Amino acid sequence: MDESIFRSDIGHLLPKESIEILLSTALSLGGDFAEVYMERTRSTSIPLEERKIRSAQVRVGQGVGIRVISGEKTGYAYSDNLDMDRLLEAADVAAHIANGPRAEHPVRITAQLAPDYYTVTINPDDCSITSKTALLKRANKAAFAYDHRIKQVDAYYLDSESDVIVANSKGLWIADHESMIRIGVSCLATQGNISRSASYGGGGRIGMEYFDTISPEEIAREACRMAIVQLDSIPAPAGTMPVVINNAWGGVLFHEAVGHGLEADFNRKNMSIYSGRIGEKVASELCTVVDDAALPNLRGSYNMDDEGTPGQRKVLIEKGILRGYMTDYLNGKLMKLPLTGNGRRESYHDIPYPRMSCFFMDAGDSDPEEIIKSVEKGVYAANFSGGQVDITNGNFVFMLTEGYLIENGKLGAPIRGATLIGNGPDILTKVVMVGSDLKHDPGIGTCGKNGQGVPTSVGMPTVKISEMTVGGTSTE
Amino acid sequence: MNYQQLAQDTVHAAIRVGADEAEVFLQTGEDFDVDVRMGEVETLTQAGAKGLGLRVFVDKRMAFVSTTDFEPRVIDELITDAVRLAKTAGRDRFNGLPDVGPGNLPHLDLYDPKVISVSADKKIEMARETDRAAFDYDLRITNSRGAGFASHYGTRILANSNGLLYENSYTECGISCAPVAEENGEKQIGHYWSSTRFFDRLETPSEIGRIAAMESIRKLGARKVETQKVPVVFSWMVGPTLLSAIFSALDGESVHRGISFLKNMQGKQIASENVTVIDDPLMPAGLGSMPFDGEGVLTRTKTVIDKGILQLYFYDARTARKYGEQPTGNARRGYSGTPSVGPMNFYLKPADLDPSEIILGIDNGFYVTDTIGRGANTVTGDFSVGASGMWIKDGELAFPVQEVTIAGNMLDMMKNIEQVANDAKFISSIVSPTFKISEMTISGK
Repeated sequence: MDESIFRSDIGHLLPKESIEILLSTALSLGGDFAEVYMERTRSTSIPLEERKIRSAQVRVGQGVGIRVISGEKTGYAYSDNLDMDRLLEAADVAAHIANGPRAEHPVRITAQLAPDYYTVTINPDDCSITSKTALLKRANKAAFAYDHRIKQVDAYYLDSESDVIVANSKGLWIADHESMIRIGVSCLATQGNISRSASYGGGGRIGMEYFDTISPEEIAREACRMAIVQLDSIPAPAGTMPVVINNAWGGVLFHEAVGHGLEADFNRKNMSIYSGRIGEKVASELCTVVDDAALPNLRGSYNMDDEGTPGQRKVLIEKGILRGYMTDYLNGKLMKLPLTGNGRRESYHDIPYPRMSCFFMDAGDSDPEEIIKSVEKGVYAANFSGGQVDITNGNFVFMLTEGYLIENGKLGAPIRGATLIGNGPDILTKVVMVGSDLKHDPGIGTCGKNGQGVPTSVGMPTVKISEMTVGGTSTE
Repeated sequence: MNYQQLAQDTVHAAIRVGADEAEVFLQTGEDFDVDVRMGEVETLTQAGAKGLGLRVFVDKRMAFVSTTDFEPRVIDELITDAVRLAKTAGRDRFNGLPDVGPGNLPHLDLYDPKVISVSADKKIEMARETDRAAFDYDLRITNSRGAGFASHYGTRILANSNGLLYENSYTECGISCAPVAEENGEKQIGHYWSSTRFFDRLETPSEIGRIAAMESIRKLGARKVETQKVPVVFSWMVGPTLLSAIFSALDGESVHRGISFLKNMQGKQIASENVTVIDDPLMPAGLGSMPFDGEGVLTRTKTVIDKGILQLYFYDARTARKYGEQPTGNARRGYSGTPSVGPMNFYLKPADLDPSEIILGIDNGFYVTDTIGRGANTVTGDFSVGASGMWIKDGELAFPVQEVTIAGNMLDMMKNIEQVANDAKFISSIVSPTFKISEMTISGK
């Protein structure tokens, strides 16, 4: 195959011969593995505030990252200047992680085709800025029309298109083109002297056809609905109680409670509470947990990871039994585990690490309404803003933004935002009911690790946790 | 390439193709970053980066473009793009550059050539020494997320069509350490770091490794406590969690739009008399110090809360014009972002009290050393975060605590700050000494 097959517009910026020279230079001091990663991204962002398009913004970034692995050591250098002299300098800097004698290491690469899991029909770059500002104006109008108590509305639109080429000393040479869209609305509802805010958004690896599936108006109304509900909220309870977690975004719970703990690097270093436990029962048998980059058009989906490995589906926990970890090249090799296509990085500035793609808990067979009915006194957690985990002791939090008391099997008063805290392995044994309503989040999540943010998706059916600590203020 | 010239040329070119006002913010940087784990180098990154951001105003409409590619063809295209994009944005009569001409930049001591000249080998050795010191401290240190040495040398250039051309260079370096303690199958990680603009002001590797090890050892045997309302002590490491939420709530734009719980509070008591908060961009060698802000306004020192009374909100050029105020010189940005107000050296003023005296005065309470999650709502003032630390019993640190939350309303929390200690450490741009809040809700068992 030649480079004309690549779904990439940047192949001409770094010809095959140049890549081969860079890889040879990177291995000149005896590294085990060398890689060239090149990226060019163009993104558009448009914020709306106080009924006005605040500004129109375009960003262009490009560069090359060169990585050398020697044993467990990684040398990395990057350059935003694509002149061959500067790239050779970067290759030489990265090469120094290995300190063997200088020797020739000729490298030959062969073009390979990445899978094509999703289609993008209307490229955002082919659409006018005014067609994008029009989406925000529609969202803004719908928000103010929703309820007279909606007093402030902010909205944003973002899209990006990236071309990526990865080549390595194993001979891989592969390219991909990625599109991403995101839209979001936040609003403030005011009644008397009480003000409450909420936000909602959506998107994915998709083109402008995204707006055929969900309108800006629907996104605005969902933000408004949550803000209005909050006007009547009472202080959240403090203490340990049964918690029912809503589907979709609720998957943040498993992303934090178990997802990070299954990333191979933490396990290789024996830092995770799931280290060395493959084959063991780590969760209730109701729990089947999957990471799947090949799901079409989700924010966490991709054709190939940032090391050129195809995105794929992996069952990580099957009916409570731990089946595997998510790997990147380095950790897969050192742990003698298969590549799972989870080697990801924020940009050419960064070393890849094992990261989640679309991480979700699979559906069970309980009726979501029955799950709520089964709780005498507890909390229904409907929406969240995010979470965090301490990978070493397993403690994790997630931040509730919309929740309700459950009293005698029925939803009661809405409660104020609060943090929920638990311990990962402990919570997994307390999953006592799993709904049939698996859903993925609407597509706005970004996961942070080692200072790098990457787009991810979470998903989950409605789930009942028999006991969890709710961090409110009401002790009555 | 002469970057000052490039910045000025780009401004002039933008005006030529139709911008009424234009501004370039250009950054260059050199990074060195090494992580050592269990005695071996794990990752080593070394690279230089640059970027240019251009803001243009056309008929009071704003556009922004940025690039890391400085090819003349790319920049020319972006300049044309910017002027075209601006016409699609909304007209806002308060838009525009700050109404200031060129001034003299103060010298703030932000640059140390030694940060750059010290060899890579020396930096690697210091990281190695830090990692080793953690393991040497106690046999229960069995693992490590690593110890790192990072240094950065950066330059910021600002040029605009009001004739401003500013440049300042700065260095930063830091050592961090995260060892894991293990006992009876329980694992706990501790963190400690030193960060400074001057190489010789770094705490020693052995000290950093030792304190990080102490932090992780101290957590062994941590347990959950009952749900209750008690006094809570924020250690200097977690105090910034509250201060950063307070800063966000003081953004003038949010306040005037009613999106902040601190609206209508200027001149009023929002905290106890023990609370004085300062924002000081002019602190010599400060990690948040800078002579000019992201829009070219010269920075200045401000008392934000004076003995509990709120003195001011923060404004950039546009919001200051809109609300009839002066820009506070707090516009912060990188080359790839538009300016927005941010903290410079934003700190709670230390008092003359040893933190141990605060602990001594508490019969039953919670000394918080770590928080987890971002649970501060600047619209309602609600605060709820995961916390771990030590339980205080009869004036002593009795046992480690984990997997609980602390919650309250930030206005109550500020008003209930009973005591402030003397132990502020200026290792980031938001700094706090240890302080005591008379009562918060702990949610646990």
